[in-house]
Amino acid sequence: MSNDTETQAAGPRAGATTPLSEHTRREIDHWMAKFPPGRQRSACIAALRAAQEQNHGFLTPELMDAVAAYLELPPIQVYEVAAFYSMFETHPCGRHHVSICTNISCMLNGGEDLVAHAERRLGIRLNESTPDGRIFLKREEECLAACTGAPMMMVDHVFHEHLTPEKLDRILDELK
Amino acid sequence: MPISPDKMNLVVFEPLKLERSWELATYRKIGGYEVWEKILGEKPPREQIIDAVKASGLRGRGGAAFPTGTKWSFMPRNSPAQKYLVCNSDESEPGTCHDRDILRYNPHALIEGLAIAAYATNSTVAYNYIRGEFLGEPVPRFEAALQEAYDAGLLGKNVRDTGIDFDIHTFVGAGAYICGEETALLESLEGKPGKPRFKPPFPANFGVYGQPTTINNTLSFATVPTILRKGPQWFAALGPANSGGTVIYSISGHVEKPGNFELPLGIPFKDLLELAGGVRAGRRLKAVIPGGSSVPVVPGEVMLKTNFDYDSLKAIGSAVGTAAIIVMDETTCMVRVLERISRFYMSESCGQCTPCREGTGWMNRLLKRVLAGQARREELSLLVDVANRIEGHTICALGDAAAWPVQSFMKHFRHEFEYMIDHGGRSIVADQLGARAA
Amino acid sequence: MAEEFVNVEINGKPVKARKGEMIIRVTDANGSYVPRFCYHEKLAVAANCRMCLVEVEKAPKPMPACATPVAEGMKIFTDSPRAIGAQRAVMEFLLINHPLDCPICDQGGECELQDLAVGFGRDISRFTERKRTVLDENLGPLIATDMTRCIQCTRCIRFTEEIAGNQELGMIGRGEQEKVRTYIESTVNHELSGNVIDLCPVGALVSKPYRFTARAWEMTSVPLVSPHDGTGSNLFGHVLRGRLMRVVPRENEAINEIWIADRDRFSYEGVYSEERLERPMIRQASGEWVETDWETALARAAEGLRGRGAELGVLASPSATLEELYLAGRIARGLGSGNIDSRLRQRDFRDQGADPAYPNLGMRIADIDSLHGLLIVGANLRREAPILAHRVRKAARHGAKVALLNPAVFRYYFPVAAYVESAPAAQVADLAAILRAAAEAAGATIPPHLSQVTAAARIGEQHRAAAAALASGDKRAIWLGALALRHPCFADLRALAAALAQVTGASLGVLAEGANAAGAHLAGAVPHREAGGKPVSTAGLSAADMLARPLAAYLLLGGIEPWIDSPGSDAARTLGQAQLVVAVTPFASETLRKFAHVLLPAGTFAETSGTYVNLEGVWQSQTGAAASVGESRPGWKVLRVLGNLTGLAGFDYQSSEDVCAELATLVGAPTAYSAPAYSGAHDVGQQGGTQTAQTVVDIPMYQIDALVRRAPSLQRTREGRTAAVTY
Repeated sequence: MSNDTETQAAGPRAGATTPLSEHTRREIDHWMAKFPPGRQRSACIAALRAAQEQNHGFLTPELMDAVAAYLELPPIQVYEVAAFYSMFETHPCGRHHVSICTNISCMLNGGEDLVAHAERRLGIRLNESTPDGRIFLKREEECLAACTGAPMMMVDHVFHEHLTPEKLDRILDELK
Repeated sequence: MPISPDKMNLVVFEPLKLERSWELATYRKIGGYEVWEKILGEKPPREQIIDAVKASGLRGRGGAAFPTGTKWSFMPRNSPAQKYLVCNSDESEPGTCHDRDILRYNPHALIEGLAIAAYATNSTVAYNYIRGEFLGEPVPRFEAALQEAYDAGLLGKNVRDTGIDFDIHTFVGAGAYICGEETALLESLEGKPGKPRFKPPFPANFGVYGQPTTINNTLSFATVPTILRKGPQWFAALGPANSGGTVIYSISGHVEKPGNFELPLGIPFKDLLELAGGVRAGRRLKAVIPGGSSVPVVPGEVMLKTNFDYDSLKAIGSAVGTAAIIVMDETTCMVRVLERISRFYMSESCGQCTPCREGTGWMNRLLKRVLAGQARREELSLLVDVANRIEGHTICALGDAAAWPVQSFMKHFRHEFEYMIDHGGRSIVADQLGARAA
Repeated sequence: MAEEFVNVEINGKPVKARKGEMIIRVTDANGSYVPRFCYHEKLAVAANCRMCLVEVEKAPKPMPACATPVAEGMKIFTDSPRAIGAQRAVMEFLLINHPLDCPICDQGGECELQDLAVGFGRDISRFTERKRTVLDENLGPLIATDMTRCIQCTRCIRFTEEIAGNQELGMIGRGEQEKVRTYIESTVNHELSGNVIDLCPVGALVSKPYRFTARAWEMTSVPLVSPHDGTGSNLFGHVLRGRLMRVVPRENEAINEIWIADRDRFSYEGVYSEERLERPMIRQASGEWVETDWETALARAAEGLRGRGAELGVLASPSATLEELYLAGRIARGLGSGNIDSRLRQRDFRDQGADPAYPNLGMRIADIDSLHGLLIVGANLRREAPILAHRVRKAARHGAKVALLNPAVFRYYFPVAAYVESAPAAQVADLAAILRAAAEAAGATIPPHLSQVTAAARIGEQHRAAAAALASGDKRAIWLGALALRHPCFADLRALAAALAQVTGASLGVLAEGANAAGAHLAGAVPHREAGGKPVSTAGLSAADMLARPLAAYLLLGGIEPWIDSPGSDAARTLGQAQLVVAVTPFASETLRKFAHVLLPAGTFAETSGTYVNLEGVWQSQTGAAASVGESRPGWKVLRVLGNLTGLAGFDYQSSEDVCAELATLVGAPTAYSAPAYSGAHDVGQQGGTQTAQTVVDIPMYQIDALVRRAPSLQRTREGRTAAVTY
């Protein structure tokens, strides 16, 4: 028995009790294989992405702790990563992440009007989710690198370019 | 003067004229992998390749424009240490969107470029760091191409019994502009928040996992196979002195036909504008940000007289950057644009350096008050002073990138800010256009 | 490798510097101060605060002095207009979001930001936006947070990652929103955690027990020595009008560097425990306790102790001062009793005759860092000696192979070369197996007194790995910890360890318990040694013996509570049967009142002058820091009078220095460092000792002595709420 009960490193592949699904763990293993032995921390971003996907769009402390245990990292190192990168959500939110780009090229082409349009249509503000948990209207500060297709947005991982309010409506309506 | 079609798509976009340009078979049709196979067959001295890249005049296309061959020569290539190659596909400088097209339309050029660079620097493992937002299309495209290359025996351990090992792994980020900075990218690759490292030590000595690492931008790597295939002199001669070769111009904003155009450096801006269909709706050109949002803005009339190359842009106080040309017409409110740019740098500052962490927020709040009509004229001097106090005081260039737009917007368009302050938050643009319409 | 030097100029003055050294170390060494916040010489360079920007000739931008290596011919300007301009710029950025709450901030007066703002700040803020506020986080009972004051220097984060080894703090978020956090509101639990209070350059992390109780400039600073373990950590007590307000580290590179354990930092709260005995007390025939004056109480004690001969037992705290221990020994032996002991938890005394002059580490503390191989037998080291554990971690991080033999897997935040998990009953056999593995590997012969037990040993992979650790490099050591000392077969374990040390060329150390175990041996506060460390012809009773069978009279010294301090003994019953129990103690618990007869109030470590000898053999003296609580008196004074009143000669000391000097003469001053060694040939037989119940108690860090047990903040920590475990 140890006098320490830190949650850190419950042990490698603590499979029996982890909230990470079999699929998530296989995904993490896939990424870990890309890095040299002992460098499993490199798989942290991929592991969090897999865990977030498993949980339909956001991370919980339990999932982050599970990732830490699986990668044998101090949990704080996993929280730091989850809090740093904008594609991770650490609070409950809708399952489809809608990011309307408002960075410079899109702004010049009406990106901000599209945000306002989406807010009206969905009845929520930026950084909010629809009550049915369907759509999370993400505040996107970063340029999404499709500037020649402005205005554009990213829905989950799919880019939609040359948007118009009508096109936007159609795409939003199709999200289940 | 219209740009001659024979100047277009000579390098990385060469296979785009063909169907399914991203496939190995297509890439082979334009001579793809000939260079790599020749290297595998002949094992030329590594310096020979580095010298060729030096002779081509290729400069880093990620924005800093450091000579690529020189960078490769910094690698301790005879050291027994594990050496790495890292490709920066974290394309995120606002206005820039050509790496995405390379990954989607010609991923094999990148793979071959990486293989050549690996040989030149004696590296055996490469990571291609692709931004997380590219997970939908560019990542699968690149991964599929990688698989084709492995299947064709072009990569792996002991490639074609040459004793050469070379593996490429895809890495996918998760949303952070700062990871486009090379040392932040390395931190991210190690599974940490993307906070830039101070230099020295430089990546060539202390890169991924503390090992010697060469890191270049996607376009830089993808350009290399053609340079070696067609010859460094051919490449260098495409552009003017000191600006050899081609770039991919991403032209966006207020133009009729935005797009990515691969052309030599040194093209007159007005020809590029014409290529992109001119200013939308025949409006007057107001301003251009020539190389991604961090480079200084240039008034339209100045830009129309300038050729697009390193020296010409430097002469007018701006830079090639990523060759992402953001065009703004006369309806553009420069205060709003600068506020948006400053908001971007505020939210993408990693936070570690005091001047950037505190200064980017200070500048943005000040600009928000200008927009709200709640600022005083003398605060514009404070704004510039804050920018000056960030510039040059941070670990990485994000601090500079946040400062330059403020300095240049204030230099060229200060009257718009003053007008707004004097008129309770009303834009000079709206007032003038309104007056003209009336 | 010869060091290369380069010639550089600092503000026009030519100096030599080691090639590649950071500018800030060169400017510091040459008296040119460069302001800094994130830089700390004990932590990795972060270069993030940007305060130390200096001008370097030909560099296009100002360079951070903390992260710029010097090169030949470099011209550095720390106070040129360009350097000062950069520093002022950074200072303004640091201050715009820093609250103006210095008047209510504990850091006021000792704040690096406040100090530098005077030099580099402006008098009026140009920042008219709203200042940032940051929610506080509860880091537990020891560290209070005021995160709005944080300047994101990351010293605390780097401390938990690099020094403590288990990153508990991190930077959450990015940009101006980034915050130092545990993220899930967990407490900070590491035994060295309080050091972040000292590292924090502002008032974001402050001492919770000390909070709002004093201002830095009101207090006087008095050097003290830690009274909790054999490290001898150097402390400063900060005293306000006679009261000890807080304890902070006193730098001593050779011992504790700049760190101290939380136990050293926060145990002072126990000085002002509600259980402090403030006046002498006598239990009346009725059983009722009455307060009395010193004369009456001392006379009663002296009268009762006199003439007991071998029926007198003296039990002393191994954390008492050298002077107290020496006088206690003189009283015991002067009254005709050899029964004096301070080894409260030791149970196996079979081989005590072969003890070295005093228990010791077998090496210098500062040399731990550069060990190449170390085997630790029976130690929960982070609990027993946090500073030594930190140094072992440093060694391991530099590549030392550290092997452990313990009854359970204790967590260390460094790579462990071998971990032999071994129940107490198996430890002799396991250590014998390591010895045999080492002997086989070295082609050495095993001495006859150990041949039987090693012949029976079965060697496994971990034994071999542990033996291999002791074959690494040229600096190797074996330590026996408290769990070995408390083991019923300690003599066997030590004999095996000694042979292993001989076979492998390692030094042998014993981490005896208490802050002054070494001193107790030198002072004659053990039954087999008289003052000066000389063996006695016939050893008196050990503490275990004294607590097993009642004697007529007992003298308890230094606040010991044998019913807690000697787990497994029948102390309460035994003491209850004595005719007289006199306690010289700072504390009077309910239990003590049940069977004591005379209570003489003595000062704690904070209120007395005295000397501690650490496990390296270093004598460290202190003067008292705090005023005596109530009518209590320093223990040595109480014992001096007691000696006089019992009619013993030579108790006319004027000062504790007199006492110390007398003992020093007996000991003979060492001329150079040397660690006295174990010299026995204890026959272990076939499988070690014969005791029936082979169990060992692991006592939590904050239960180890009477003072920490009475420090409320330590008791509220997770470790404070942990129960002892018997293996």
